[in-house]
Amino acid sequence: MVDIPFDEVAGIPPAEVGEVELYHPHSWWTRYVFSQDAKVIAVQYSITAMSIGMVALVLSWMMRLQLGFPGTFSFIDANQYLQFITMHGMIMVIYLLTALFLGGFGNYLIPLMVGARDMVFPYVNMLSYWVYLLAVLVLVATFFVPGGPTGAGWTLYPPQAILSGTPGQDWGIVLMLASLILFIIGFTMGGLNYVVTVLQARTRGMTLMRMPLTVWGIFTATVMALLAFPALFVASVMLLLDRLLGTSFFMPTLVEMGQLTKYGGGSPILFQHLFWFFGHPEVYIVALPAFGIISDLISVHARKNIFGYRMMVWAIVAIGALSFVVWAHHMYVSGMNPYFGFFFATTTLIIAIPTAIKVYNWVLTLWRGDIHLTVPMLFALAFIITFVNGGLTGLFLGNVVVDVPLSDTMFVVAHFHMVMGIAPIMAVFGGLYHWYPKVTGRMLNEALGRFHFWVTFIGAYAIFFPMHYLGLLGMPRRYHDIGETTFVPASAHDLNAFMSVAALIVGFAQLVFLFNIIWSLFKGKEAGSNPWGAASLEWQTPETPPGHGNWGKDLPIVYRWAYDYSVPGAAGDFVPQNEPPAGLATQGAHP
Amino acid sequence: MTETTLAAPQTSPGTIPGLRGIAADWASDQRAFKHVSWGKAMMWIFLLSDTFIFSCFLLSYMTARMSTTVPWPNPSEVFALNLGGKHIPLILIAIMTFILISSSGTMAMAVNFGYRRDRAKTAALMLATAAFGATFVGMQAFEWTKLIMEGVRPWGNPWGAPQFGACFFMITGFHGTHVTIGVIFLIAVARKVWRGDFDVERRGFFTSRRGYYEIVEIMGLYWHFVDLVWVFIFAFFYLW
Repeated sequence: MVDIPFDEVAGIPPAEVGEVELYHPHSWWTRYVFSQDAKVIAVQYSITAMSIGMVALVLSWMMRLQLGFPGTFSFIDANQYLQFITMHGMIMVIYLLTALFLGGFGNYLIPLMVGARDMVFPYVNMLSYWVYLLAVLVLVATFFVPGGPTGAGWTLYPPQAILSGTPGQDWGIVLMLASLILFIIGFTMGGLNYVVTVLQARTRGMTLMRMPLTVWGIFTATVMALLAFPALFVASVMLLLDRLLGTSFFMPTLVEMGQLTKYGGGSPILFQHLFWFFGHPEVYIVALPAFGIISDLISVHARKNIFGYRMMVWAIVAIGALSFVVWAHHMYVSGMNPYFGFFFATTTLIIAIPTAIKVYNWVLTLWRGDIHLTVPMLFALAFIITFVNGGLTGLFLGNVVVDVPLSDTMFVVAHFHMVMGIAPIMAVFGGLYHWYPKVTGRMLNEALGRFHFWVTFIGAYAIFFPMHYLGLLGMPRRYHDIGETTFVPASAHDLNAFMSVAALIVGFAQLVFLFNIIWSLFKGKEAGSNPWGAASLEWQTPETPPGHGNWGKDLPIVYRWAYDYSVPGAAGDFVPQNEPPAGLATQGAHP
Repeated sequence: MTETTLAAPQTSPGTIPGLRGIAADWASDQRAFKHVSWGKAMMWIFLLSDTFIFSCFLLSYMTARMSTTVPWPNPSEVFALNLGGKHIPLILIAIMTFILISSSGTMAMAVNFGYRRDRAKTAALMLATAAFGATFVGMQAFEWTKLIMEGVRPWGNPWGAPQFGACFFMITGFHGTHVTIGVIFLIAVARKVWRGDFDVERRGFFTSRRGYYEIVEIMGLYWHFVDLVWVFIFAFFYLW
């Protein structure tokens, strides 16, 4: 690579490497379909993720219909109920949230926010999407194979996951594991790109401690994913071998339908360890990008710099590191050595410290800020509330003695939906309303957005807040039909019906959002280049939507962090990251 | 401490030695690893991720071996060969290990000659590395065949714990796949070297990126990693 000796400007070091030529598309196909442009790949990722997410939404309706009105709907039998649960969880956690945050937001925002022209290896990045799409198609195929998708629960615990009592034992589980393996391969290709772009392809002046927190969140989550997905990969390969070749990695000696199986000597707990070594970091893989996005939304829409930027960064890194040593808190009732429970409860509760730092900093950013209650800001505020709510119940469940009676009840379902279901989805929506103008050049409709927000937010609480109470009553999760019990009063069934109605309404509200996205694409208000008056780099592109290569002729030079809002003495109420300090002529920037 | 803050601003952060240099690099703009190209950084991070995959495989194997209630077959007996009327334990594995380690040597030499732009020697050494790798995979195929003939299956074997065969085929199979992929890429890169692609910085077919002799080194990183993994497999599976 040829070094281009750009002069030093105002303490900004000269460019270390020359620019790498981009691949320029020649045809419609290479421009929009097999595109190597991270922005197009981001949109492809987002559309695919949201489409499969709609499938998972419909599955959740099916579950709620059955729970709210048991026996009313003949098309939902016990096997299908388990299949719906499994696919709903798997799709939402991996194929929607992980793909949307890292593949969608990551691809779009990382190059723009760090001032790069594209990801470092655009071709590999393109492959990443196509392998992801293949994984999604294999996943969808499970709905159409004999026996249907697997009903093992999203954790796919052996031995039941591959025994004949579980629905989808023939084809479903095999395709599910194949799809996961494909997803991991595809994600690795993309994830390597995101990490190297952040570490090695920043523009002049963009130090790590000047990056917007969104990039920090996505970056840390990607590093975690690259280290956590291997455990799921290995677990999937071994479970697949158990199912197809008859090995006994996870299968103990057991009797199935009165017959001694061919299996023997394996350890089901080993699978749980591998799964949760992936599974717990996974929670933070979807939470950290949300943390980052929310930090930026709050700062922009409260016109105030983020409070405690450095602590926010270190909290993200600390949460990422700690999340690798807490996995067994998902296994308190699995039959571990009790001393393990003590260790993992301690580490789990320690995570509350960096997380609480973040929440306090969000609130302190809002304090005496010039809060604009725009739609993204509404979603950001909803995120904080929902996340605190889910985090507090996490403290309950992190303690062994409290967790044991609450295990496998609706309380757990309420907890993780609040903390890693609703909260990250709030960040997704906030982020979509915030960056849609940059992606399309048009604003999303404000009135429809507010309607979408209030129905979704209140509706989500209507679904999941009463669920805590049902859990405390002892109502178990993953049950097709509770039936008559002494400990669940009749009124609880009314509550279930109420939650189901709320779930239907919230689901339909998402159609309003979809309509808004499509309608605004053509009829939305022209956004201009920086409708929110944001200081970070992605809003300073010469074109909106940004063109191929993002920055026109010259890369931007960054002189400050991304949070210069309401700076005393400044001309405007925000100072863009690439605006030179007062009195500095810009011509020095070019050779 | 005060001296360095007075240093001329032109000083490249990468020139500060020791921990302070690392801190300066990470605090700087543009690149966290100075003088490391994108491709090399990406390979290192990929290898870190791959390390976790092999670690999970090996840890799972160790868990299975330690928790099984049935005796584990003795590797030095299972992997013994009768050569010239003598019963030599682990002889095939020893030869395989020797070959793979030797291939790391030829790979390192290829990297050296690559940076000297000696096309013929680089390509020859890469092909030698690929040949060593292919020999290794061939001997592994022989070992698999021998064990299968003796009745070892993924679901059982004549001598003890069924997890023996399962772990053996899975771990050596996964490692062998890595070696095979490496051999294919070695041949592909050797062809590019031989043709002089890196002298004229010819664009890659798919990526449309210019090629440099550094690709030989990146290829070498992967190859040495596959070697290193084998050392761990050798120690934990065969010598334990």
